[in-house]
Amino acid sequence: MTERPLPAITPETRHFWDGTRAGELRLQRCATCSHVYFPPRPFCPQCASQKVGVFRASGRATLYSYVIHHRAAPGFVPPYSIAVVQLEEGPRMMTNIVEVEQTPEALQLDMPLEVVFQRMSDEISLPLFRPAGSAA
Amino acid sequence: MKPGSIAIVGAAETTELGVIPSMSQIQLHADAALNALRDAGLKPSDIDGVACAGEVPTNVAHYLGLVPKWVDGTAVGGCSFMLHVRHATAAISAGLCKTVLITHGESGRSRIGALPRTIPPATLQGQFEAPFGIMGPPTMFTIPVLRYLKTYGITQEQLAMVAVVQREWAARNPRAMMKDPITVDDVLGSRMIAYPFRLFMCCLVTDGGGALILTSADRAKDFPQKPVYILGSGESVETPMISQMADFTSSRAFRVAGKEAFDSAGIRHADVDHLMIYDAFAHLPLYGLEDLGFVGRGEAAAFIAERNTAPGGKLPLNTNGGGLSYTHTGMYGMFALQESVRQVRGTAPAQVKDVHVAVCHGVGGMFAASGTVVMADRQP
Repeated sequence: MTERPLPAITPETRHFWDGTRAGELRLQRCATCSHVYFPPRPFCPQCASQKVGVFRASGRATLYSYVIHHRAAPGFVPPYSIAVVQLEEGPRMMTNIVEVEQTPEALQLDMPLEVVFQRMSDEISLPLFRPAGSAA
Repeated sequence: MKPGSIAIVGAAETTELGVIPSMSQIQLHADAALNALRDAGLKPSDIDGVACAGEVPTNVAHYLGLVPKWVDGTAVGGCSFMLHVRHATAAISAGLCKTVLITHGESGRSRIGALPRTIPPATLQGQFEAPFGIMGPPTMFTIPVLRYLKTYGITQEQLAMVAVVQREWAARNPRAMMKDPITVDDVLGSRMIAYPFRLFMCCLVTDGGGALILTSADRAKDFPQKPVYILGSGESVETPMISQMADFTSSRAFRVAGKEAFDSAGIRHADVDHLMIYDAFAHLPLYGLEDLGFVGRGEAAAFIAERNTAPGGKLPLNTNGGGLSYTHTGMYGMFALQESVRQVRGTAPAQVKDVHVAVCHGVGGMFAASGTVVMADRQP
């Protein structure tokens, strides 16, 4: 079975993938207008200021929307969820919801989630999310 | 641009539609183009502007032997052809060219001479969406829908109803791939693709193509077909990443393109006799009806269930059967435009009575782009 596709890091996204490898979810905040944004870029998409900084996000999120894919995909065992989560800090991101049954009953919109990092290679760890408080 | 100053004078689809293993993608463009030229009574040497998506215009111009002095390769997905119509009306109005050919051809099912479908891993989508198991439109276009259903209290039965009503239109169209009547139970009993989407809520995957020819309205009266006048148009883009769509219950690109089209055409919703909304999946007519302003937010499902868009309804919608039941090569927008042209000409298989104003609304990517064209049977 082929593996799931992995990101090729670019200069503008390096801080994000360095972060996930270190066990941190890193977002950017504009120093001019305070807008918090994702995906990474070295300027604010709201006001175009280039005075932006990287910070460690809480890793807390809620389940915004998703599908449960029932067909085969490289690196996945169907059925599996493809989700968009609402981060506590404002931005949304695509992810998979893990450590929970992949059913509509178990995956309720707006349920609280927390980030976990799955190491895929020396360079890449992916940010996935699980139900909050489900850590052993 | 003055409403009605440019017209469609040639329109045709590929001779065959559905499964065409005998033609490569470039030949599908050419087959449609030759049919449209015949429809307009023109020769390739009469064409001085070309626009297409899927193939670059260089390929199409060379293959057909065209010598264009205006070229548009705008490729923003399935609504690219709506944008080509808009750009062509501007180009002809500005005197950049006189007669524009717009082509689509796609071997979506047989994949003969088709381009590879890949997401480069260094793009933002490659970095922040591809690693999470997306596998084409059924796993991306569908992601916002659970949020939409929850926000407005819409049920999966209501979502299924979109496919049921469109099949009623398809049953009236001999060229539709799927013509047998279906029920809500049939839709909800069909194979699960990506919850909550089942097979009958997803578009077909076919081979085919279509082409349009546009020229100025003052020349249009000399052509063999009844001219279809362009009253107005709109276009926009939002994001290549479905996860970054600002509002999961409404498309910004739809709202921007739709409003521009209505405003530039100088029409109101009550003026619209016929409507096409690109339906790659069952939720798109819901978003389209709301974002174009035909109904309020959250009201589209009930509007369809009450048969307003069905045969005999006050707002006939997707009268060819749509991407769900007619055909869907991958970039279906050209087929929506073809049906609008047929309806305005009065030559559609499921012809609606007295179509004077038709709106054709397209989507590109996964809510990534949008184009809207307003057509009419006369100049205002």
